[in-house]
Amino acid sequence: MIAVVITSCNNGNSSKSKGALSSSAAEKVYIAPGEHDEFYAFLSGGFSGQLAVYGLPSGRLFKVIPVFSVDAEKAYGFNEETKPMLNTSHGFIPWGDSHHPDMSQTNGELDGRWIFINENNTPRIARIDLTTFETVEILEIPNSAGNHSSSYVTDNTEYVIAGTRFSIPIPQRDMPIKDYKGNFKGTLSFIKVDPESGEMDLKFQILMPGFNYDKAHPGRGKSHGWFFYTTYNTEEAHTLLEVNASQNDKDFIAAINWKKIEAYVNNGGGKKIAANYAHNVYDESTHSATSTMKKEVIMVDPADVPGAIFFLPTPKSPHGCDIDPSGEYIVASGKLSSNLTIHSFTKMLDAIENEKFAGDAYGIPILNFEDILAGVVEQAGLGPLHTEFDGEGNAYTSFFISSEVVKWKLGTWEVIDRKPTFYSVGHLMIPGGNSQKPFGKYLVAMNKITKDRYLPTGPEVTHSAQLYDITGDKMELLLDFPTVGEPHYAAAIPADLIMKNSKKIYELEDNNHPHVTKTPADVKVIRNGNEVRIYMTTIRSHFNPDNIEGIKVGDKVYFHVTNLEQDYDVPHGIAMIGAQTSELLIMPGQTETFIWYPKLVGVWPFYCTDFCSALHQEMTGYVRVSPKDSDIGLSWGLGEDDE
Amino acid sequence: MKPTLTMFLSIFTVLLFVSCNTDAKKQKNTNQSTTSVVDKTKGQAFIKDDGSTPNVLQIAIGSPDHTTLVAAVQAADLENTLVNAGPLMVFAPTNAAFDALPEGTVANLLKPENKNALANILKYHVTPGNYSIKLLKKFKKLGQANNQYVTVEVIGDDVYIGGAKIIASIKAGNGIVHVIDKVLLPPTKEN
Repeated sequence: MIAVVITSCNNGNSSKSKGALSSSAAEKVYIAPGEHDEFYAFLSGGFSGQLAVYGLPSGRLFKVIPVFSVDAEKAYGFNEETKPMLNTSHGFIPWGDSHHPDMSQTNGELDGRWIFINENNTPRIARIDLTTFETVEILEIPNSAGNHSSSYVTDNTEYVIAGTRFSIPIPQRDMPIKDYKGNFKGTLSFIKVDPESGEMDLKFQILMPGFNYDKAHPGRGKSHGWFFYTTYNTEEAHTLLEVNASQNDKDFIAAINWKKIEAYVNNGGGKKIAANYAHNVYDESTHSATSTMKKEVIMVDPADVPGAIFFLPTPKSPHGCDIDPSGEYIVASGKLSSNLTIHSFTKMLDAIENEKFAGDAYGIPILNFEDILAGVVEQAGLGPLHTEFDGEGNAYTSFFISSEVVKWKLGTWEVIDRKPTFYSVGHLMIPGGNSQKPFGKYLVAMNKITKDRYLPTGPEVTHSAQLYDITGDKMELLLDFPTVGEPHYAAAIPADLIMKNSKKIYELEDNNHPHVTKTPADVKVIRNGNEVRIYMTTIRSHFNPDNIEGIKVGDKVYFHVTNLEQDYDVPHGIAMIGAQTSELLIMPGQTETFIWYPKLVGVWPFYCTDFCSALHQEMTGYVRVSPKDSDIGLSWGLGEDDE
Repeated sequence: MKPTLTMFLSIFTVLLFVSCNTDAKKQKNTNQSTTSVVDKTKGQAFIKDDGSTPNVLQIAIGSPDHTTLVAAVQAADLENTLVNAGPLMVFAPTNAAFDALPEGTVANLLKPENKNALANILKYHVTPGNYSIKLLKKFKKLGQANNQYVTVEVIGDDVYIGGAKIIASIKAGNGIVHVIDKVLLPPTKEN
């Protein structure tokens, strides 16, 4: 007796409940030529290290913002101005693993100013300015490894937080790995965000037991002032974690009263300990980044701040830790479970108030599971990972193993709908889903497995995202769209909160780059020993200068190129034959620099790499390279022979 | 400790609602509220792929000793679950193990109205994980896909899962299949 096969052929997932009013999926995602999408969506690039900007509902890719990895297209990490952005205590790191974007908020609502994203491998947090869509700040996190439970933002962007997935010796030292238990530690980092400039400052770290701090979310509304982190490997295993970290029935959610700890630190609490971590800031005025090594951090021992940290027992190696818009429910996804566990913030406070503790772990009180439990979504699916909220009292959870999104109701814990994903969904995202005010119109599922969804492209296929309409009782699959790298999480915001602030050009007048060239009269080439600096400008459709002589083999040649254009969307590029770096892509009013080491005698061309104008093909120049011992002096010009 | 299948079935539907009172007040069983029609042309189980190592479902399908199990998986619409990246560890009772159940049990389970009960039993045979016999010996119990636990015992060189002996193991593209000589029956109370 084999399965009952009934196929609902016409696009399988269409909502029947809406009857004649229901429009087709194609109409719902169609943005007519020249029209704009309703939402910006920012999908992390995962192992690409970047952050991709899409429109919803169309799924069109607008930009890939380079964050933690070099990007030859935009010269990020190749030009002299942005190299400091990728400086760390380990030196220059050309790659990162970007994970969880989260947007700045005011009063628990998205304010469209900045987006933050964490780097998992060499622990860092970046801030992207949403007027320029450029990475403007990267802060390295000391005493951290596997910066995974990051970079989530509190109701008023007071803090962006980070946590360690891997515990390590703190401070780092040479010791046997087998002595992990009790000796390795995790840290939770609270990074203060300047309310005006957005600049980040590592205010304090909390020294936690050597568990794996996996995911986190801030309390909001009634639970504002708290932060919640899932943990796994409370067994403190250091090898074969797939066996040894799967022994305990329950791990913990760590509940952190950060306001209490902040007050403690403000009153001089915590120990200043030596550290070494990079703080990299891009200055829009100089179009240049600087990297500063910071040498100290305030470390808080939980034992010194009683009543600030508690453990909430939570089944089966929980992954996602998601807080509903009201701040009452703490949703934990035990990734080896088929149930979802929901803790109550109110019950948690009550248990704390009455000191109903089941014991402690390294001095941190453990609450009773039964005392704090709000409910369980039973047998919801297999392998739950992440939950988002629509602001209408519904929650949506991704299930990796059963490859589906399940919609369920907060408070009654009943399942309302389930839809397959294609395939093996990881993260979900509803615009504003990590805030008090979600925009519950669309749900984006970010899948880990693609297989046959697109035309095959060899063994490696793009990760796939899926867009669902969630305005009805039943979810409706509207669209598949390919993504960059591996999107671990995403954030989205109504377009009108950002687009009006989007910068069009950089004012040339305000350009304070130390090697700017603002007028043709300032164009020059200067030699200092074997170091040559070319102060060059671009405007449609020439470089100035475009003929340069007197360069010698063995020189170090700086091209400081200023784009004199003041028109929206007229960048110029430049590439030099044999330069062991990328092109530059220079926005109007901006100055960028690349270095060229001429190795061969000859006359070598350079050209504009961005089709700028009808005479783009004419936008070229030559550099004459003479032997090292040549006595040909420097000369340069533009159109000299014609005069 | 070892409930019979008929006993299990007779109280299964009751259990779904009784268990609601144990942990939190407002729990509801949710499997039944959303029985959806499964489209058997969509999903990973239906991708043609001759190049990869067979997954746990393909191994079961290819085994003449597991036709009952495969029929049960198909009746419960669990094909797509078993081809997932997992990793998945499937304890696969042989046809003989199913035959040892009381007369009529299997036929009864395969009825459409018993789909949830069947799925629950089948999920009790699946662990999210991929453990060889050697690694299994490190566990005292395993958390199964139906959210219940099954015991692991080592007797001599043999490993027993919920009283069933592992008689063969086959590595799969997305996990491992351990062939067992008995059908596992989920305990009637959560551990």
